[in-house]
Amino acid sequence: MNFNGHGVWAIYRFEMARALRTLWQSVVTPVITTALYFVVFGSAIGGRMQEVDGVAYGAFIVPGLIMLSLFTQSIFNASFGIYFPKFTGTIYEILSAPVSSLEVVIAYVGAAATKSAALGLIILGTAAFFVPLQVLHPFMMLGMLVLISVTFSLFGFIIGIWAGSFEQLNFIPMLIVTPLTFLGGSFYSIDMLPEGWRTVALFNPVVYLISGFRWTFYGQGDVAIGISLAATLGFFAVCLAVVMWMFKTGYRLKS
Amino acid sequence: MPVIEIEGLTKTYKSGLQALKRVDLTIEKGEIFALLGPNGAGKTTLISIVCGIVNATTGTVIADGHDIRKDFRAARTKIGLVPQELTTDAFETVLATVTFSRGLFGKAANPALIEQILKDLSLWDKRDAKIMTLSGGMKRRVMIAKALSHEPDILFLDEPTAGVDVELRRDMWAMVRKLRERGVTIILTTHYIEEAEEMADRVGVILKGELILVEEKTALMKKLGKKTLTLNLIEPLPALPADLSGWDLALKADGNELEYSFDAQADDTGVPSLIRSLERLNIGFKDLNTRQSSLEDIFVSLVHRDGETV
Repeated sequence: MNFNGHGVWAIYRFEMARALRTLWQSVVTPVITTALYFVVFGSAIGGRMQEVDGVAYGAFIVPGLIMLSLFTQSIFNASFGIYFPKFTGTIYEILSAPVSSLEVVIAYVGAAATKSAALGLIILGTAAFFVPLQVLHPFMMLGMLVLISVTFSLFGFIIGIWAGSFEQLNFIPMLIVTPLTFLGGSFYSIDMLPEGWRTVALFNPVVYLISGFRWTFYGQGDVAIGISLAATLGFFAVCLAVVMWMFKTGYRLKS
Repeated sequence: MPVIEIEGLTKTYKSGLQALKRVDLTIEKGEIFALLGPNGAGKTTLISIVCGIVNATTGTVIADGHDIRKDFRAARTKIGLVPQELTTDAFETVLATVTFSRGLFGKAANPALIEQILKDLSLWDKRDAKIMTLSGGMKRRVMIAKALSHEPDILFLDEPTAGVDVELRRDMWAMVRKLRERGVTIILTTHYIEEAEEMADRVGVILKGELILVEEKTALMKKLGKKTLTLNLIEPLPALPADLSGWDLALKADGNELEYSFDAQADDTGVPSLIRSLERLNIGFKDLNTRQSSLEDIFVSLVHRDGETV
């Protein structure tokens, strides 16, 4: 037995069942939140805004909004998924089971990424009700959606293992990821920033993700698509390396 | 044939606590092994290392011929664990959580087997109940069902009957016997010495991270077992007569009872000569009984002999 497929499937199904049990919280809340963004930014303010790079403002913010949900939901799903068993103690069963660390990661991160990717598509569908949408590169769009879901789920998994309390669980998403996302061009093009700030913004890794995702919709972004992809894959590789290290050393999992 | 071989196992926690100081232990296939020890002696640490929950500082563990580190898949597939704490998924149903455990341990779904396990543990009627709605005893049964779901050959029961009612304890003992008949090796830790006395083939006593003794239960009870003779006197004695100083005697119940501890294996137990001396001294008794010391007495004397307080 070189791969415990039954084990991976058991964890994956368990995590998906958790989402279905809390369907309201998992799907409806983010959809409502996103709809509110469209009402406020798209309709109320957007009407007074000019087009950005030839795209109507309401449509311009769609990729950024999807990214915003993708980041927070991926992190939330994956970090909660692994933190909760640690908190209740049921992690003993995972630790004593014949599953490798890679299998545990595949199962938890796979489930979290599935949920947030599905949510991303639901938000895209919701957006279509409010603004006329176009997706120039649909396959690239789906690819980015999945890759970013997986990457941020990995990131969330790391936070879940690292966190020693529910406060710490919320700390990074609230204080780092959300600000970086808002400042990363979810609602504007960084070309709209003054020269100095534009340079600062380029140090924000989220800029590359949002820009790349926006490119798949409208064929243009703040940075070249190649750089965006490289940045996304780079972040993915870093998260993967950290997770593997955590399991290898038993960091915060095993004493 | 050994099913678990533990060699040179030590564990020092980050806090500096030395939980295990070089433990060597071999468990034979099909036996019931009881690990006795006071709280904090290292019982749970030892079990947790074998099950893969805690990393050992040094030493090796071979389970059913597989190194628990290098060949963890093969080793862990054979092992089931019922931990001490009642840790369950509150929102899952009984059936779902037990089915989950079987999958987690790499076994293909087997609804008939899960049904049988749940029926054996009187959980079948509760299969669709959420775990959080169950009583503590029922949750304990769920944890046992989870541990049995992948048909382990080696079962660890960490304090299985702590805080459990009489009925469940009886069911559990019946279940352990049934598993043993099937050839499952069972290692249980307990404070309840009667449990070890009732169930175990061999007993290990662990104290401050050291296995101070491993012995066949019957041999242990024979070797360390003392008998006590109690005489109910007709007239209470105010003090022990000097003539009886040759025996290990004690006056109990306000001088109404005379207690004599003796080694039942000795050639000369001292009982006949004591009774003759009592007659000579004209100390009459209405009744007498002798009692074999229990594992509990043995355990307490072992722990105290070591100069430790429990």
